[in-house]
Amino acid sequence: MRFGSSRRRPSSHRRHRAARPLSLVLALFLMGALYAALSPATQVAADTGMSAQVAEGKALFQVTCSSCHGLNGEGTSQGPSLVGVGAAAVEFQMGTNRMPMAKPGAQAPRKVVQYTAQEINNIARYVHTLGPGPDIPPSSAYDYSNLDDDAIARGGELFRTNCSACHQAAANGGALPNGKHAPALHGVEPLHIYEAIRTGPQQMPVFSAGAIPDKDVAAMIGYLKGLDQQPSAGFSLGGLGPVTEGFFGWVLGIGGLCLVATWIASRGARAK
Amino acid sequence: MTPEHSTTLVTTEDDALLHPVPNPGIEHHVERYTDVDAKAADRAYKQVVAIFGLVPLLAIAFVVIYFAVPRHATAQVLGVNWQLSNTLLGLTGGLAVLLIGVGAIHWSRQLMNDTEIAEERHSAASNEEERAGFVDVVNEGVRDAGVSRRKMVLASMGGALGIIAVPAIVTLADIGPYPTAAVRRETIEKTIWADGVRVVNDSNLIPLKASDLEIGQLVNAEPETLADLHGKDYMNMKSKTPLVIVRMDPNSIKIPESRKDWHVGGILAYSKICTHVGCPISLWEQQTHHLLCPCHQSTFDLGNSGVVVFGPAARALPQLPLKVDAQGYLVAQSDFTVPVGPSYFERDSRNDYKDGDR
Repeated sequence: MRFGSSRRRPSSHRRHRAARPLSLVLALFLMGALYAALSPATQVAADTGMSAQVAEGKALFQVTCSSCHGLNGEGTSQGPSLVGVGAAAVEFQMGTNRMPMAKPGAQAPRKVVQYTAQEINNIARYVHTLGPGPDIPPSSAYDYSNLDDDAIARGGELFRTNCSACHQAAANGGALPNGKHAPALHGVEPLHIYEAIRTGPQQMPVFSAGAIPDKDVAAMIGYLKGLDQQPSAGFSLGGLGPVTEGFFGWVLGIGGLCLVATWIASRGARAK
Repeated sequence: MTPEHSTTLVTTEDDALLHPVPNPGIEHHVERYTDVDAKAADRAYKQVVAIFGLVPLLAIAFVVIYFAVPRHATAQVLGVNWQLSNTLLGLTGGLAVLLIGVGAIHWSRQLMNDTEIAEERHSAASNEEERAGFVDVVNEGVRDAGVSRRKMVLASMGGALGIIAVPAIVTLADIGPYPTAAVRRETIEKTIWADGVRVVNDSNLIPLKASDLEIGQLVNAEPETLADLHGKDYMNMKSKTPLVIVRMDPNSIKIPESRKDWHVGGILAYSKICTHVGCPISLWEQQTHHLLCPCHQSTFDLGNSGVVVFGPAARALPQLPLKVDAQGYLVAQSDFTVPVGPSYFERDSRNDYKDGDR
């Protein structure tokens, strides 16, 4: 009742009906201007180079990787989380094109690389921001060009101790349970050998610098590169040991002897 | 049985059993081309001479290759890296020997006299007369030795021969100490792992810091004190003490109540020696936590106290209790709590971990 009567009463203090919204807009404008004037504009400029690479990597990640690893690399039921795997893991998986996988399976096989080094590097930089992990190493970390014979022999000993259980003494690879396998290591980039040792892709365990320092990794790479240059006398039969060698021995060796024995004892062609 | 009777019996067998079907005799002889055609025979003759004639050429080639081809020369042929010297020596030498054989067989098949003959197989037994003569000789010997009158001679000689075996058997005691429970505790059931012994990486002997190991890591390790041993003791412990050390997320594995102090933040140490027949194992899948033995495919779950999940092994892999020392290095708490390695007859398997133990 009282409220109603006061509204109708004419007043000398009456303001324009648009005054309140206008003052609000003015206050907001003032605040915005004040913020723009006081906030450090230089910070934005300093970050652009890095964040552009990360942003490009993130955009590519969301197109190529996110259906299995999640929009932010958090992992889904189809693929593991990538938080903390580091740039080295991305460089290894994409540099050998094991990732992206063509189809789900026991293991991601090595394929022909589809991405440019720049694209792989962008995604690696983005994934590296998700959590601390091993970074892509400088080539000095695994430089094996100056190793003497002693160091290469020691690399062979380390390889047989740590790697030959799965990759075989001659690095020809081998079978693992349920359709998985340890790949052959011939012709693999030294960078990828280093990254696999440090990141432990798929079923492979990690071998950290605390147990195997960089110089030992370089020695192992030197041994593997030396193996690649070894001349093999004739067919290697897969280099897998007694199974293939026994197969050839029984089928070709004993089979050939049976044919010769049959020829010796047969009566041969007759005149009638 | 009289001789006449036995002869009759053999004859009956001959007729009824030995020849159930009539003897067809030798197959009708058909001559070879080289027997009927002089040109064919001449051709075969030239072939044999040509085959033998190649052998000296190959032998000369072998000698030339031996001196002329450098020992380490290689060549890429058919996508295979051939070591030239070995390959060519094998080809020429092998072919030369093979051609000698081929020539000889070709000669005998085509040119040598082609008559077929059959010979009756004679009985393997001696005739009656010889067998009777042998029995006579034995009987005469027994009579001459006087064994039938002086029976103690044979008995005492048998005893003498028997007792000779005793010294021979007693010397077998040199093979090793008798495996009593006390001896076993000090030998096959004991290793040099003990309280405070540092864990070092195999081959490069780097001591392992718990903080340096990452989740998913595997280390092939051995005791630091192994380097102090030599000769037989070293080889013995080298084969009994090796470890596989793995680090797993403690929340993703089963750690029983009795072993909750045996790991350091998910770092667990297991014997590397398979409990089946003792092969060293380090084929570990970091995602499934399965450790696979390459010899017979025994598979152990290192995320569940090393129990067997597949294969012929009957016992879980022994686990070594770990802790860290003041500097942060991994050290053992004690020796293994059960003997490492394959089973043996006296082994007490009641203390081994079984799936579901607390």
